Amino acid sequence: MSRRTLKVVGWRLLQVVPVIVLATFAVFGLLQLVPGDPAAVIAGETATAERIAQIREMLGLDLPLWQQYAQWLGGAVQGDLSTSLITGLPVLDEVLRRLPNTLLIVFYALLLAVGISLPLGILAATHVDGRVDRFVTSIASLGITVPNFWVGMILVGLFALQFGWFPTTGAVSITEDPGRALWHATLPAIALASSGIAEITRQLRSALIEVLSSQYVRTLHAKGLSQSLILWKHGLKNVSLTLLTVIGLVFNRTLGATVAIEAVFAIPGTGSLVVASATNKDFPVVQGVVFILVMIVILCNLLIDILYSILDPRMNKQ
Amino acid sequence: MADMTSPVPSAPLLDVRDLGIAFRSGAGMVQVTRDVTFAIAPGETVGLVGESGCGKTVTGLALMGLLPSATSHITGSVQLEGENLIGMPARQLQRRRGAKISMIFQEPMSALDPVFTIGQQISETLRAHRSVSAKEARERGIEALARVGIPEPALRFDAYPHQLSGGMRQRAMIAIAIVCEPRLLIADEPTTALDVTVQAQIVDVLGDLCARLGMAMLFITHDLGLVAQTCSRLVTMYAGEVIEQGRIDDMLVRPRHPYTSGLLRSLPALAARKTKLPAIPGRVPMRGEMPDGCRFRPRCDFALPPCEAPQPLDPVPPVGQVRCCRNDELELKGVLS
Ligand SMILES: Nc1ncnc2c1ncn2[C@@H]1O[C@H](COP(=O)(O)OP(=O)(O)OP(=O)(O)O)[C@@H](O)[C@H]1O
Ligand SMILES: [Mg+2]
Repeated sequence: MSRRTLKVVGWRLLQVVPVIVLATFAVFGLLQLVPGDPAAVIAGETATAERIAQIREMLGLDLPLWQQYAQWLGGAVQGDLSTSLITGLPVLDEVLRRLPNTLLIVFYALLLAVGISLPLGILAATHVDGRVDRFVTSIASLGITVPNFWVGMILVGLFALQFGWFPTTGAVSITEDPGRALWHATLPAIALASSGIAEITRQLRSALIEVLSSQYVRTLHAKGLSQSLILWKHGLKNVSLTLLTVIGLVFNRTLGATVAIEAVFAIPGTGSLVVASATNKDFPVVQGVVFILVMIVILCNLLIDILYSILDPRMNKQ
Repeated sequence: MADMTSPVPSAPLLDVRDLGIAFRSGAGMVQVTRDVTFAIAPGETVGLVGESGCGKTVTGLALMGLLPSATSHITGSVQLEGENLIGMPARQLQRRRGAKISMIFQEPMSALDPVFTIGQQISETLRAHRSVSAKEARERGIEALARVGIPEPALRFDAYPHQLSGGMRQRAMIAIAIVCEPRLLIADEPTTALDVTVQAQIVDVLGDLCARLGMAMLFITHDLGLVAQTCSRLVTMYAGEVIEQGRIDDMLVRPRHPYTSGLLRSLPALAARKTKLPAIPGRVPMRGEMPDGCRFRPRCDFALPPCEAPQPLDPVPPVGQVRCCRNDELELKGVLS
């Protein structure tokens, strides 16, 4: 097991290198998408030619493209993501200061999504077409169609403004006061989790239904195994692969959805940072945030890939 | 064919009477089999043949209690060692499945759980029915793999299904089914999905196991050649009914039902090669158009007005039964003389 695992991990790590390289191209290319002369756009309409030239030099925009890329990459590898045009502070510091707020609501949401959809999906799949199943499936289709930020606004209206159980906006650092941090993060996390709950429940339900009606499950019944052993041992292990894939997808989407949710709840996270920087044409910051988030997504998918190969013996072939 | 002279002793291992299976379909029920009646003596090997869709698999599943209770309705009785399995509480039935009565299926590729090793799947069967330690389960699992002719069983024990060939998987499947040494094995077309050379090996393994364990077998197949090779008795089904049964040696010489006779004569291996293969003309009637009386009547060369009446299972001395009112007067041809 362990040697196989090592081999798998090594292989996956090797495979992820080109993905990371591609991602750096994409993130670097972001700045090239700015229409016209980026320096002029950044400097603003009223800027003098001098100021524009200054910005161009500062960003290295007068160099050939490949040199710009090399410079940027060289910096990024060493943890230097350039400085903010507005504050003049290092981008990395700004991103890292806000990242914990975002990751807190993302992982909180993911935990909620998995914790809620696991029992729902299992319940639905083991009572196909029963009342429980119909209830769960309709809730799930609702959850998929309703946007997260809308759920967020309803939650604020109800549980923050109306009942006052939760704060309306803001965040508290998890290292300073974990209890209050969670309290602040609860409504945003629920809002973020809503579509994930729906997605995971639906996928788990259909995957489990398929497994439970498969030929090998018929064999398990023929062997005289109990219903519960078949569900919890064989059913869950077989759907765990689907589950893993879906959770990975939901993670990526949840990370993206933080932009809207952080706006609704006024959370100083990376989502709101990216919005604010884009509005202020602070492109190095936008680039930095996107770079960090893309790396997180790649790492998470790598982790899921590795888990997948460990769980599925059929992946053992290479 | 040891029990040539004492085919069904007074206490059969399995006694199936008037087994009827219906499935819920839309608003109503669809009757898939009715009047399925046969018995199996301890250690006896019985072939169950019939055209596709006549209800062989559902009969096997019903004997195992594996039909979905929500969508199926079963009538009649299935006595295993004197206990009626129909209507038995699920828990009790579960204790008998895999221990007293086992079943193997047609598709070895999809019948094993892909994410557990062969060994895990054998051990869990053993541990579901016997209180054995993990170490003991492993030993007995490897022993079972050796018994079904899997080379290097200790190595294969830790293999995953996808690492084995189709024939090896079917052997593993058989090992799982017999690890608790059941009294009866239902083999539902166990060789259909396999290469011809592998088919013969699997049939050998099954025959060998029955002899060594004193296990009885219900061998479901399309292939009368395999039945002639392995079984001492033959049950023929047509359109959801048992229409004939008896000792295979008797039936090969003189089948009593025109359908059995047709099946036998369509057998390339046993039929005289010089005559043209007479496939049975026509097809099995659809649900809605099931004729009254003899169900084979529309395809039968010998049908007369009396065949329009319902046909009971008549005894054929010494031990056979047939559902054809003309069986005595017809001198049907078999494949042996
Ligand atoms: N779960 C089910 N629900 C409804 N009808 C079913 C179900 N299972 C089987 N049937 C019907 O019962 C009939 C008998 O099917 P069965 O599979 O037993 O035939 P068979 O004799 O095993 O055929 P084959 O030789 O092709 O395996 C078929 O017409 C089939 O459509
Ligand atoms: Mg069948």
